[in-house]
Amino acid sequence: MYGRKVKLRFLFVVVILITLILSVFLILKSLEENVVYFQSPSEINMSAELDKKKIRVGGMVKKDSISITANEIKFIITDFKNEINVTFNGAVPNLFEEEKGVVAEGFLKDRNYFSATKILAKHDENYMPPEVKAAMEGK
Amino acid sequence: MFKLFQPNRIFQITSRAPKYVLFLFVLVLSVGLTEALVFSPEDYKQSDAVRIMYVHVPAAWISLGIFSSITVLSISGFIFKNKNLFLIAKSLAPSGFVFNIIALVTGSIWGKPTWGTWWAWDARITSMLILALFYAMYLISWRIYENEEKVFKISTIITILGIVNVPIIKYSVDWWNTLHQPASINILSKSSIHSSMLFPLLIMTAAFALFSLLIFLMKYNTELIKIKNKGLDRL
Repeated sequence: MYGRKVKLRFLFVVVILITLILSVFLILKSLEENVVYFQSPSEINMSAELDKKKIRVGGMVKKDSISITANEIKFIITDFKNEINVTFNGAVPNLFEEEKGVVAEGFLKDRNYFSATKILAKHDENYMPPEVKAAMEGK
Repeated sequence: MFKLFQPNRIFQITSRAPKYVLFLFVLVLSVGLTEALVFSPEDYKQSDAVRIMYVHVPAAWISLGIFSSITVLSISGFIFKNKNLFLIAKSLAPSGFVFNIIALVTGSIWGKPTWGTWWAWDARITSMLILALFYAMYLISWRIYENEEKVFKISTIITILGIVNVPIIKYSVDWWNTLHQPASINILSKSSIHSSMLFPLLIMTAAFALFSLLIFLMKYNTELIKIKNKGLDRL
């Protein structure tokens, strides 16, 4: 149906695409640690040695864990398996709330203690009007 | 099959259609904006900041869709040695690039009040930035090479390199921990966006698609005029 040249060009493109996809896949696979934006408390708990560099920890803010004093805010980040205590002084974003996602940037003191230099709120994928949310909680 | 793509017949369409498409675009955009800004409810958590999504998400979708189309067109043009397909791809690119930039800028504006930062080097945002760079390379390649054969090949290579990035953008939020939230709209499972918010989102997507069509028709018309001026009636 098609000429030999057309088939060859088609094959050429297919081979290029396969090669590219494979190489990009391998590159990303080996860079996994650097591609992730934050680590979970469990990953930090399992890591062999403590990172001295600036890292990011993400998870949920544990219920009833936020305590605010004059110059410091303390809370617990949890992924429902492991927890990590965070201290921070500075302004938190508006959406920073208990039982909502959070990403803290800063330094590990030890496996359970984290000193944050920046707090980001992580928004989840749920969008709904307030009435619907209220109805859901009413159930 | 390619008889359908005869320039003379297409030229009649591309020179007449834009005004109708423009009318339709203005109509759909005004409905979409009224829905998005006035009638749709505010979000339970982020309140009015959710309205940025009605521009951000459609713009991101369209820019991804256009890049995929450009790639398919360029590869087909390369395989079948069809010049017209390259010109269609070339005419599609500018609006895709503009929507890519819009997605990045609106995302940044949304990120400041919700996340607390204008920019984060997470996988979704970075891969979207890379897409914008591929768009830029593609557009520049058409400007710097005079020789047609050369520009067809180089622009095709750029799209092939860039297309690998498209599934990475889509799945970055599932494969890695990112600051960006995962997709709210799923075709196979239940969407996590309320229907009162999904509706304006879809209308805005239609409006943006019409805008891309409008720009495409105008750009493509220019390409056809260029061919006519060269005194060639066929491609």
